[in-house]
Amino acid sequence: MAEFPSKKERMQIKRHPMPEQDPQARNKNFEEVTCGYTAEMALEEAKRCLQCKIPTCIDGCPVSIKIDQFLELIVAEDLPGAMNKIKEDNFLPAICGRVCPQEKQCEQQCVLSKKGDSVAIGRLERFVADVSLEQAASTPSSTTSSTAKKSSGKRVAVVGSGPAGLACAADLIGAGHHVTVFEALHELGGVLVYGIPEFRLPKAIVKKEINGLAEAGVQFITNSVIGRTIGLDELFEEKGFNAAFLGTGAGLPNFMRIPGEEFGGVYSANEFLTRVNLMKSYQFPTYDSPIMDCKGATVAVIGGGNTAMDAVRVSKRMGAKRSMIVYRRSEAEMPARLEEIQHAKEEGVEFHNLTNPLCYLGDDKQQLTGMECIKMELGPPDDSGRRRPIPIEGSEFTTELDIVIVAIGNGSNPLLSQTNPEIETNKWGNIVVNPKTMATSREGVFAGGDIVTGGATVILAMGAGRTAAAAINDYLETK
Amino acid sequence: MFKIKKAEFLSADVKLFEIVAPEIAKRRQAGQFIILRLDEQGERIPLTIADSNPEQGTVTIIVQGIGKTTKSLNQKESGDSIMDVVGPLGKASHMEKFGTAVCIGGGVGSAIAYPTAVALKEAGNHVITINGARNKDLIILEEEMKQFSDESYITTDDGSYGHHGFVTDILQKLIDEKRELNFVLAIGPIPMMRAVAEATRPHNIQTVVSLNPIMIDGTGMCGGCRVLVDGDSKFACVDGPEFDGHKVDFTNLINRNRIYQGLEQESLKQHECQLLEQADKKEE
Ligand SMILES: Cc1cc2nc3c(=O)[nH]c(=O)nc-3n(C[C@H](O)[C@H](O)[C@H](O)COP(=O)(O)OP(=O)(O)OC[C@H]3O[C@@H](n4cnc5c(N)ncnc54)[C@H](O)[C@@H]3O)c2cc1C
Ligand code: FES
Repeated sequence: MAEFPSKKERMQIKRHPMPEQDPQARNKNFEEVTCGYTAEMALEEAKRCLQCKIPTCIDGCPVSIKIDQFLELIVAEDLPGAMNKIKEDNFLPAICGRVCPQEKQCEQQCVLSKKGDSVAIGRLERFVADVSLEQAASTPSSTTSSTAKKSSGKRVAVVGSGPAGLACAADLIGAGHHVTVFEALHELGGVLVYGIPEFRLPKAIVKKEINGLAEAGVQFITNSVIGRTIGLDELFEEKGFNAAFLGTGAGLPNFMRIPGEEFGGVYSANEFLTRVNLMKSYQFPTYDSPIMDCKGATVAVIGGGNTAMDAVRVSKRMGAKRSMIVYRRSEAEMPARLEEIQHAKEEGVEFHNLTNPLCYLGDDKQQLTGMECIKMELGPPDDSGRRRPIPIEGSEFTTELDIVIVAIGNGSNPLLSQTNPEIETNKWGNIVVNPKTMATSREGVFAGGDIVTGGATVILAMGAGRTAAAAINDYLETK
Repeated sequence: MFKIKKAEFLSADVKLFEIVAPEIAKRRQAGQFIILRLDEQGERIPLTIADSNPEQGTVTIIVQGIGKTTKSLNQKESGDSIMDVVGPLGKASHMEKFGTAVCIGGGVGSAIAYPTAVALKEAGNHVITINGARNKDLIILEEEMKQFSDESYITTDDGSYGHHGFVTDILQKLIDEKRELNFVLAIGPIPMMRAVAEATRPHNIQTVVSLNPIMIDGTGMCGGCRVLVDGDSKFACVDGPEFDGHKVDFTNLINRNRIYQGLEQESLKQHECQLLEQADKKEE
């Protein structure tokens, strides 16, 4: 069994780089960009942890994973132990290890980051989870079901199968309740399947997590829009549910409301990514859903978040001649994960920061031909604490384009609030909850994830799902 | 999987299906639609619900075979299945006693106008239906329309049946006769809906059209279905599909519906080649 080397030796180990596909190869395929640490790399990397008395990294984690302890277990070569330790706080480590903005969370708080490079906590989380998923695949019986308690006889409806809904379902089935997940689309996983592309989050991983839940007894019903196919009231009155969790996500794409957004060739990132990820348009005509031909095209993506990076990198993979990010602030303000920005650059994506579109130009068929932009400069900080972008007068210019993808965030989906006005929402349409219990203004109905916070992160959605599950459990006990 | 309970051709390439979907059948209201996906490789397409039978748990759709998906669908028979069906989506038609209501259906649009026309009658309106098509063979639901309409008209472009000309000829005649028309519903090809809206605009007759933009999810998530209404972008799947015909930007709708025309033809051609190959094999 391995042990931690002396502190001095530990400080000398360099952060291990992530093995990756070559940028010039990967910008033409949809396979995963990062290959994951080998067992040796993981062991070496985990040994870098200083095992601080007060592990500040944990403060940086939205769900307070016991990071020092799971790293210690990696060093002790007890990977099942490490997995159990992570799972105490994080239900979806294989996913979060890949998509969390670690550089703004745990790794930012790691004491090593002050002197150099933090421990690669996210990559280690992913390593532990991947090994565990592989082993689970070779031993069919699921780990979740063995921990399941005896049935409570209570039934909970989970609306939406994104990370919030899945995490909530996992804890509720573990507590012995009957759980049914209703999903509007034909496929389960929410943004994890329709938004985040295969090359960043292989869909097989999401499938495995969902299969695990199904084996543990969670019932999944696709093609079911709650509020339309089945009303929320009917869930309680006719279908006999005792409580409901709403994890419906932030599914309404924002547009800038500038001239020309109605032109052909202007997509929301949600539409572009859904066509590619969910409908597999990149395999047209084997798959029936078409998408505008990116081959040889000039593509501009408006925005600087993860969604923008995903869209621009997809366009590159689909053969675009030029794929560019157009962002109104500077790179320092970009909300995207650092790794994705770096990957995008390596893959040949152009960055036009401090630039904002004014209008789109089109031909007589209203097909996009270009856009007019203006240069920006940064003024004093705004409400979000980031420096406010201000247009520079007289700096307008036009550029020729074939496709524009608007990735400036999502509003809240109005479907359920249209049909159920008794559920209180704020002025942005987000559901208002008690932050301790995630309870909404309607008794027995809880909510969490992007529908409450607005577009946020997988880990926050997952954490909210689990907080709600605990509260639902308490609520059902009083019933 | 959703089972097809009944499948029958109404005209050469228009087919009626009753699909077993009890939850949708129970809740569906006039004006709403479903989205279906035939199989794993399929695309998601919206189709308006023409009727439903909550007791039997079925919804009725009427499909004109135009593209690959609708043509493949029209090859299905009773007993076959459809992989995914979701609904009822969109807002239900606004219903009230307007007075005299004119329901205009063009081609397969008659099928879509049918449930709303029935609902208008039930709401106490004097209902006039105008049912138009290119020729006699393409006229559908003639008997059904006649049964509940207070007045009904048929038009064909080639004069093979009913009035020789367009649905708007009849509408214009009613307007010229100074009939008091309080509400017009027009469903059919976009140029027809636009012509109807132009005919009623000078007389300020409330005119509702049902739009058929390209859709994917049908839940407001993608924005692919956006249409310009009064200069404002609306998502047809959650804000519609019915809108004020005097405010819709039809030119933009036509242009947006053409985005994939080239690709769709490619897909259809490939599909037809495969069918021919299959047929050849069978013969061999
Ligand atoms: C392209 C993209 C990239 C991203 N990248 C990252 C990243 O790298 N890291 C990160 O942490 N976060 C990322 N995010 C954000 C993250 O994915 C979300 O914060 C997270 O998925 C929210 O989870 P959720 O469960 O609240 O909702 P969602 O994942 O949105 O799931 C909601 C589900 O509910 C369904 N639904 C909606 N309404 C109904 C209804 N009425 N009835 C039934 N079902 C319904 C929807 O179809 C959907 O499947 C990204 C988001 C996008 C769009
Ligand atoms: S079909 Fe996607 S938003 Fe309407």
